[in-house]
Amino acid sequence: MAKIIVVTSGKGGVGKTTSSAAIGTGLALKGHKTVIIDFDIGLRNLDLIMGCERRVVYDFVNVINGEANLKQTLIKDKRTDNLFILPASQTRDKDALTKDGVERVLNELAKDFDFILCDSPAGIEAGAMMALYFADEAVVVTNPEVSSVRDSDRILGMLSSKSRRAEQGLDAIKEHLLLTRYNPERVEKGEMLSVDDVKEILSIDLLGVIPESQAVLNASNSGQPVILDAESDAGQAYLDTVDRLLGEKVPFRFLTVEKKGLLKRIFGG
Amino acid sequence: MSLLDYFRSNKKNSANTAKERLQIIVAHERRKRNSPDYLPQLERDILEVIRKYVDISPEQIAVSLEKRDDELSVLELNVTFPEDKR
Repeated sequence: MAKIIVVTSGKGGVGKTTSSAAIGTGLALKGHKTVIIDFDIGLRNLDLIMGCERRVVYDFVNVINGEANLKQTLIKDKRTDNLFILPASQTRDKDALTKDGVERVLNELAKDFDFILCDSPAGIEAGAMMALYFADEAVVVTNPEVSSVRDSDRILGMLSSKSRRAEQGLDAIKEHLLLTRYNPERVEKGEMLSVDDVKEILSIDLLGVIPESQAVLNASNSGQPVILDAESDAGQAYLDTVDRLLGEKVPFRFLTVEKKGLLKRIFGG
Repeated sequence: MSLLDYFRSNKKNSANTAKERLQIIVAHERRKRNSPDYLPQLERDILEVIRKYVDISPEQIAVSLEKRDDELSVLELNVTFPEDKR
């Protein structure tokens, strides 16, 4: 039985697509057959982050409308085995995603995949609601910043009232906090909300903390999920995150400022 | 603002301010989320009734519905009367 995970946030620009790409790739690296669906209809971007933008032929809406089948539409990742991408459509029709249509596609994918990752658009409009509706688990991507935390809390409210699990009285969606763009230096100076602050306000389980990192922009520039940059702090933090998502206990890293040695302090670096 | 003040104000811990503000607004929004749809209208109606007798502003009235358990919900009405018009 496939597990459906929504990557959501409410606020835009906090790292949903970056995280979807990284976590999806990480799950596939671990041998789980994974598909990442771009739910951002009209503003397709997952393909760019995954580096497969020139291989898009058909899209999610084509499949829903029966204009193409899944086999024709799914893009197989060239770097990572077990990984597929279902690109969003560029149509401007907001109502292109119907609940029945999405359910049909998810059911068909569930026969074949271990994990279905739904990359939600920002906001609380139809697209975002559709992305979270069928979810079993939710990764709530949050920046340590007031507007992002508040929007995350609103999304948590939606997860517990507007989802299929809520409507059918099933077990609640399992909610995970993924804190991104974390800057331990600013936290120590008292300029940024700490992990504990955000955890306390949202009161959900912490799945991962991704440090603010140059590697993220480098990765998206080259269309390579940052998790594949295993040298980088962000890449390693995503690897840890995936392990935790799979139920492993992994200590949190990159939460404190790295103390510079004497030589480094003198010569820089 | 003197130069000294400038440095002092920089030292103020803005993360704490952020946390306090968030705790208040999030708690407020959660209460609203968990309350029935008719509550805002109920609040307006109660306000109108009281206004027939005492001049109060919307900020001086707070209505909340708290669910204690499955059997019991408590409607709490808090009205601050102006000091001189009591």
